[in-house]
Amino acid sequence: MSDLRELYEEVILDHNRNPRNYPRRPEKTNHSAHGFNPVCGDEFFVHLHVDENGIIQDIGFDGAGCAISTASASLMTEALKGLHTDEVERLFGQVHSLLTEERQVGGPDDFLGKLTVLTGVKQYPMRVKCATLAWHTMRAAIADDSETVCTE
Amino acid sequence: MIEIESGTRRFPPTALSAEVATAPSVSFPAAKESAASPDKHPERRSSKGSFDVEAMRAEFPILSQQVNGHPLSYLDNGATTQKPQRVIDTLRRYYESDNANIHRGLHSLSERATRDCDKARETIRSFINASDQREIIFVRGTTEALNLVAQSYARPRLQADDEILITTLEHHSNIVPWQLVCRQTGAKLRVAPIHDSGELDLEALKGMLGPRTRVVALTHVSNALGTVNPVADIIEMARAQGAITVLDGAQAVAHGAIDVQDLNCDFYAFSGHKVYGPTGIGVLFGRKCLLEEMEPWQGGGDMIRTVSFEESTWNELPYRFEAGTPNIAGIIGLGAAIEFMASIDMDAVVAHEKDLLAYATEALDGLSNIRIIGTARHKAGILSFVMDGVHPHDIGTIADQHGVAIRAGHHCAMPLMKRYRVPATSRASLALYNDRKDIDALVTSLQKTKEIFRL
Repeated sequence: MSDLRELYEEVILDHNRNPRNYPRRPEKTNHSAHGFNPVCGDEFFVHLHVDENGIIQDIGFDGAGCAISTASASLMTEALKGLHTDEVERLFGQVHSLLTEERQVGGPDDFLGKLTVLTGVKQYPMRVKCATLAWHTMRAAIADDSETVCTE
Repeated sequence: MIEIESGTRRFPPTALSAEVATAPSVSFPAAKESAASPDKHPERRSSKGSFDVEAMRAEFPILSQQVNGHPLSYLDNGATTQKPQRVIDTLRRYYESDNANIHRGLHSLSERATRDCDKARETIRSFINASDQREIIFVRGTTEALNLVAQSYARPRLQADDEILITTLEHHSNIVPWQLVCRQTGAKLRVAPIHDSGELDLEALKGMLGPRTRVVALTHVSNALGTVNPVADIIEMARAQGAITVLDGAQAVAHGAIDVQDLNCDFYAFSGHKVYGPTGIGVLFGRKCLLEEMEPWQGGGDMIRTVSFEESTWNELPYRFEAGTPNIAGIIGLGAAIEFMASIDMDAVVAHEKDLLAYATEALDGLSNIRIIGTARHKAGILSFVMDGVHPHDIGTIADQHGVAIRAGHHCAMPLMKRYRVPATSRASLALYNDRKDIDALVTSLQKTKEIFRL
């Protein structure tokens, strides 16, 4: 069962039980998007306040999903606060490769930080869509894409 | 189909039989007693009183494997059932020695393939006790069967404000084809409600039946909750209003004897892969007098008698509804699966699954934080449940790590999930080869889930 402990890592369980920035729509929200995986039923709304300099001043989410999708969304909101939208893509790329590729964590350009707890998801290919839902939804929000995001 | 000696076709004695007696017409499959009916299938009676699950398991080679270091406990039979060795052998034998197109070759291979397809049709006719082989239409599965009825029977006949009555329990495949017909004809879709237990609200359903009701389409057994509907009663009520009846038998056929004449339904649909047969093959039973009046479903080879550029004429039943080369291997494989079903004592199967369901229900009731969704008095071997604080997908992943295959999701019944205000459930669904060890493994995985999530 060591595998399961890697998937349901302490930090993930904590963020599932007490999601940060949830359920929350920041007052000055100027970017929102909807993510929905119909087969799972996981559904999130991601809301951001991005200032005129492109800095994410605030971020929140609501909706419901499994432990992996909820924790990933919660961790994401913590990681993104204060980042410039240009850096978001780089972080997204790192998270994506963390979830889908054999990737060495802790390289010189690595700024995953706490997000490395998502490493365990890689061993469960069926669950990668859960971990990425909030992230794709966040990107759609920044791009002002009004279409519902789906990662299934 | 299976007439036990007394002539009754009730469930065998179980904890639920008293309730059955006080809840008339919810027996499965038939609601009516035919006390003096002769034993039409003495060969299917069990020579022994008990059900040998070990012997049954031995027929299914897939079950002997380990998954994630644990013996496989396959509890996703509502999604698809495993295949007995004889079905696998039949498929291999067909491709190894008989593969040919049917109804057209003059050569020996074609003759053999045609003969085996015809034999399969007869096996299936006999199994569901249709009166005529021409009432057995081969389709891809339940979904195609229901679409066939919707498009070929209902669409040309329905007018604006006619009504199609379905129920809250339906699988998407018994909702969406009717929505399409409604869009095409202006007919209205009405949905009979259920009680919190997952039983149909029969009073409400009765009140929704009227002279405008043209089609009543409902599931025999709910795929998401396991509720066995009192279909014979509903068919009778529908017929009294002049409506035709369409039964989704996908979850019923493997878990109880079906007699379409006794049910007196107009159409009955089921999938091969849920009854120990191959995927991609299913059956639509249709009353001959209705099928004869219906336009073809698809055009192509095999379904025609003559073709000219000016006009074509249609082949006779059942070929009129079987355009193109059919799934020949699938038909023959399904025939083998139904022969397998016909060779075993169905009453013993029903009793075994009932016993297992009671065992599983008790075990899950004993776990805190778990709530069973669907507590109808009369249920087939399906157990849907939610765990407070844990999403069904997390349960599914943890169960899989214990070798337990269950379904987690909305079970293609989104309106039903909405009715219970849950996004999804976990579902354990039983088959004749499941045993108490499978349930114990499920319970262990649920305990582990609670441990991981600190519940």
